[in-house]
This record gives sequence, C-alpha cells and structure tokens, in this order.
Amino acid sequence: MSIKAANQAALQRLVEAQPFLMDCLPAEQAMGLTGRTVLHAGPPLSWDRACPTIQAAVLCAVRYEGWAPDDATALDLVLRGQVRVGPCHHLGAVGPMTGIITPSMPVFVVENRAHGNRGYVTINEGLGRVLRFGANDESVVERLRWLHREAGPVLGAALRASGGIDLRVLMAQALRMGDEMHQRNVAASCLLARALMGHLARAGAGADAQAVARVADFIAGNDQFFLNIAMAAGKASTDPCLGISDSTMVATMARNGTDFGIRVAGLGDRWFTAPVEMPQGLYFPGFGPEDANPDMGDSAIVETMGLGGFAMAASPAVARFVGAGDMQEAIRATEEMAEICLGEHPHFRIPALDERGTPVGIDIRKVLETGITPLINTGIAGKKPGIGQIGAGVARAPLHCFEQALEAFSARSG
Amino acid sequence: MAGIRDLFRQEVRVINLGLEAFALELERLGVPVIHVAWSPPAGGDPRKAALLAALGDEEEE
Repeated sequence: MSIKAANQAALQRLVEAQPFLMDCLPAEQAMGLTGRTVLHAGPPLSWDRACPTIQAAVLCAVRYEGWAPDDATALDLVLRGQVRVGPCHHLGAVGPMTGIITPSMPVFVVENRAHGNRGYVTINEGLGRVLRFGANDESVVERLRWLHREAGPVLGAALRASGGIDLRVLMAQALRMGDEMHQRNVAASCLLARALMGHLARAGAGADAQAVARVADFIAGNDQFFLNIAMAAGKASTDPCLGISDSTMVATMARNGTDFGIRVAGLGDRWFTAPVEMPQGLYFPGFGPEDANPDMGDSAIVETMGLGGFAMAASPAVARFVGAGDMQEAIRATEEMAEICLGEHPHFRIPALDERGTPVGIDIRKVLETGITPLINTGIAGKKPGIGQIGAGVARAPLHCFEQALEAFSARSG
Repeated sequence: MAGIRDLFRQEVRVINLGLEAFALELERLGVPVIHVAWSPPAGGDPRKAALLAALGDEEEE
C-alpha cells in the first residue's frame, strides 16, 4: 500500500471510531490486571529513571493495595521485583499524569463499536491532593478506597443499565459548548451526568441512598470528571490504527515525567522517545516554574485524536488559562496544528472556525517538514512528591521522537 | 541597474518569506507587506530532507 493510501486508511479508522462508555469495574476484572502490578503513564520506564513524583505515586499505590504498610517496605518490594511496574498503554489502558492503575482500582470500560476493541481508565479523583499529581497521604488513599468500595460499583451498575453512552456524540456536543476535552471538561462532565442521572438513581434504588448521593456529589464537584473518559475514548479510537502498515500517522503520544514517547501506525508497538519538556503555563499562588515536574501523563491521547491543544479554537476560556492569550491566538494554535495533520475531524467541528473540523491525524513527515511539534494542554504537577497539582499550561512534544520515527520508517521502507 | 532604480521609484509591495523580522520592520515603515511563515524542510538538514522527499506522497504517484 502507498503511504498516502495507508494514511487515509489510518485516518479513517481513527475518525470513524465509535467509543461507547460501557461499564466501570475493578481493573482485575475489566482488563485482567492481576498480581502485584502497578501501571504508570507514558512509555516504559525503569525505576531508577522515574521522577520522584511517579515513584511516590507507585509507592502510595502499593500501600493502597495493602501490599506494604509504608513507603520503605513498598520500595523494597519494587526493587526486589515483587511488585511489577509497567505502562498502562501495554494493557489497553491510559492514565492521567502519574497514570497509576492497580488491580483493585475501578476502571471505566470504553468499547470502540466500530472495531470491537476496548480502552480502560481510572475514575478521575478530583482536583487538589490526588494520586495522579503525586500526592500520597492518607486522604489520597482513603479516597481511592471509597472509589473502589462505593463509587465504582454504583457507576458500573448505572452504566450497565444505560446500555452504553455514545461518547463521540457527547464529545462533539461538548466541543460546541466550549470544552476542548483536556484542560476543560465542564460541558462534557455535565452532559455525562445528565445521561447517567436516571440510571444512577435506579442503580441505587434499594441500596444505600446516601451512596448514590455521595457519587452524584463527587461527579458534580469535579469539572474534570470527564477527562479520564475522553482519554479512554482516545485510547479505544487510536489503538486500532497501530499496525496499519505503511502509515506515518501518530497513534500514541504519552509522557512519564522522564520521557515523551510516540508510536506510529505503520511501526506497530515500538516507542520512539526523547526527554520530556517542561510545561509552560500559569501557577497556583505560591508556586512557580521552579516547583514544576516535567511533562507527564497519558492524557496526550486526547490531542492524538484531534482534541485538547488541537481544538484550542473551540475553547477560548482554556486559551487564556493555559497561557495562549486571546481568541486569535487560540485560533492560530489550532491552525498551526492543522499544518501537521492529515485531515479534519468529520465529527468534531468548531463553530468559531466556520464549522471546520479539528485537525486530526498527526503525520510524522509533516512534523519534520515544518518543525512544528504537537501542542498539548496539560496540568502541572509539583516535582516534590506529596504536593499535588500546582498549575496548568501547555507542553510540546519533542521533535527528536519524530526524527527517530522517521529514521525507523525509512529503514523499513528502504 | 536601471530596472532596480525603476523598481524603487514605484510603490513597493512586499511578500516576505521566512524571517518575520524583515516584515515587521517594513510594516513599521508603512510599507505594505505580506509575511509568509516558511522555513526550509526538515530545518535545512539535507539528510532528513532527502528522507522526507523519498517518503513524500508525490513520489509515490
């Protein structure tokens, strides 16, 4: 197949994905995550190269699972190989920021009905001191236990009763309401709550009525509740593109706080990595760039499917928040991303751009031709373990990932 | 040389390729200018440019 035809096939498979939110189950049950295993965001990472924020989150997850009573014992287990640590992406999952998933954590199940594959993601914990930003105190562990004990089962029952929620339709609508589905998920979270409301109430009937109220309050109190679900939709939509021979389209972008990694449709499961960059943006009072952890998280899958930084023009509120300035600058950001993409999304349309679709399908050749690298909207974690989120901004994918991928592509073609 | 002298006796309208600083300076002087953001493919790296050329859609057709 020619590169052009392969790219058209890959783009078509990506934009015509039909992600449906189906269930919420413990990772052990949903994705076969067994034994003492902790998954993290980004490409594979050896323990000694992991940043302190990821390390702290892994150790906290070991405590949460009850495999160790304290961090020192947890570290010993990891160093002796008695706790396995690996990337979410290798097991069909994605995780925001540190991206931690362990077997008992409830995960959302998103099924791509166009292709039959599934993507998994944890429930968004809310803002502030949370595991995904490297916070690791007892309040973090207690929230994780509540998600396992109460929120996960209630959400799972409601979703099963719903028969599945069409995420492509929901995201297309949220985009028109000012979300770009990475830094802003207010509209998408509201739309999801509306779709779930009746099912949640019925799922809780006969059980503890306060449990349903607590879950409803939890959803209502978190503007980013939908972020994780958008990520699983991205994972379920992009995974089927991996392995389309001869395609130069990017199918994965992910970061682990040390490396930024990409995978390319025509190059299968192989990662191409380079050191992550520092995000640029705005900081909460009392924090500055000197406190920031390098770029982190699987959430760049949102940009890989044509949202987030690529849809900045749809979300003027975000443009200012992440330091992109005014509306004209937001439009320029989306137009710039169009220069490195294969096409426009037929379902994700931006009213402010006369209904043009968001740029989608990053082509490694276009990145190298232009020198324009993908723009990713992101939260910023503290580099000191235990702090949590300290700001939000934008980060760029390093050019070197794409250079390596081009070399590999040429080697296999030539 | 006569051609060049004639050129500058007329109103100058400029299309600027590449370095934006030239366009901004002309703009400051009130000269009509359109800036085209352009840079050499692959940042001017001949080896990468050759790799890209070999993998171009046009080459396949």
